[in-house]
Amino acid sequence: MGALTGKRALITGGASGIGRATALLFAREGAAVSIVDLDAGGGQAVVQAIQGDGGRAIYVRCDVSQPADCERAVRQTVGELGGLDVLFNNAGIVRRASVLETSVEEWERVMAVNVRSVFLMSKYAIPVMIEAGGGAIINTASGWGLVGGRQAAAYCASKGAVVQLTRALALDHGAQGIRVNCICPGDTDTPMLRDEAHQLGQANERFLAEAAQRPLGRIGAPEEIAQAVLYLASDAASFVTGTVLVVDGGGLAG
Amino acid sequence: MRLANKVALITGGTSGIGRATALLFAQEGARVAIAGRNEARGQEAVEEIERAGGTATFIRSDVRLAEECRRAVEETLRAFGRLDILFNNAGVFYPHTVPDSTEEEWDLTLDINLKGTYLMSRFALPTMIAQGSGVIVNNASGWGLVGGNEAAAYCASKGGVVLLTKAMAVDHSRQGIRVNCICPGDVDTPMLLEDARIRGMAWEAYLASAANRPMGRIGRPEEIAKAVLFLASDDASFMTGAALVVDGGGTAD
Repeated sequence: MGALTGKRALITGGASGIGRATALLFAREGAAVSIVDLDAGGGQAVVQAIQGDGGRAIYVRCDVSQPADCERAVRQTVGELGGLDVLFNNAGIVRRASVLETSVEEWERVMAVNVRSVFLMSKYAIPVMIEAGGGAIINTASGWGLVGGRQAAAYCASKGAVVQLTRALALDHGAQGIRVNCICPGDTDTPMLRDEAHQLGQANERFLAEAAQRPLGRIGAPEEIAQAVLYLASDAASFVTGTVLVVDGGGLAG
Repeated sequence: MRLANKVALITGGTSGIGRATALLFAQEGARVAIAGRNEARGQEAVEEIERAGGTATFIRSDVRLAEECRRAVEETLRAFGRLDILFNNAGVFYPHTVPDSTEEEWDLTLDINLKGTYLMSRFALPTMIAQGSGVIVNNASGWGLVGGNEAAAYCASKGGVVLLTKAMAVDHSRQGIRVNCICPGDVDTPMLLEDARIRGMAWEAYLASAANRPMGRIGRPEEIAKAVLFLASDDASFMTGAALVVDGGGTAD
């Protein structure tokens, strides 16, 4: 019996990185998974991988910054999977630049994808969860939602907002049986991390070597972050809400 | 089974969160050394684990005393041959302000909650370092992160546990050892009953006061044990130096 047997999960940004690893893990643990992403090719590939293993998954194309898209993603997920028990707000982008180097359009895009999406998806998913008597929401924040990072002003602001939105949601909906938590990953081996190296004009090897400078001496694997999400999504975390779970190889400990 | 072939040492393992964790760890395949001061309760926990087909032993020890901590580690190694998981859980609580508390209470609280964690870690770490792997989970508290009323010594001790956790994570991660802590909120344990008694509150009134928190209830020891299991297992392989809050939303408020 899997930790999520019989559950229906919606994962934004599920086509790659942490979202993809979580989709695969959730499916192995018995959940039916809705992969919500802009990237149709990547999303369909995850669906096929899950179905190939005998799991159940659908892909929903969605721009998580758009209300109509989010509403449709929730409606389609509930329609095709029969309900919604777990929402993993994971879609995110990074802009590695100071405030001076960040254009107004870039600021707005980062905030829309990283924060507005959490508001929108929660807004449409929570009524479904209330109706069902409960649910679990997990948001991907970041270590840089807790401490500052260099040349990442919009990203830091957006992730700080995700941390606080997590706590506010937990307070508002705890009595309705909905648990809301966030994870704060450190550098993890994903396409986004390589994109950061590219934005900063650094070679991948050098960037990754610097990212490994943390107590555990390495960056994380997406599967390791997925395990933290699984814990928070499962009934094992039945008394956990409003919590910020740091999964960063000790990066913030020192 | 998530802890197959692992050996765990749990202080304060005869009641409350420690006992629930001992039972869960044994269910998940670990051989468990239960350290505590109460022999009768310790043997009861061992028998319950054995009845369920698990393996456990009781070690009578007081975490305030270096020699007893050293002996707890040695006896664990003698019984089971290795030590993979140390759960520093023993703790006491006296509900007093600084002026209301006695120096004896202060010393007892700091010695059991904080120095006990230091002492057990000190004697367990060399074995873990030699093995090249190990996990330490410390039982801190929501009141190691924010202040609580009439709990000055406890808050100080648990704040110390949170930062000792991070310091040990920084020092020993490169040796293959992960160190994390849990921060429970109010949990249905003998410690909470005792708190209600000392504060002169009826248990029902005490529980009703918990209804204000986001989840509207206190926690069960088994729910905290599952958080300890997560941190102790390989599922948490990229986690070290973290404080996992398990409090029904109490500190989010």
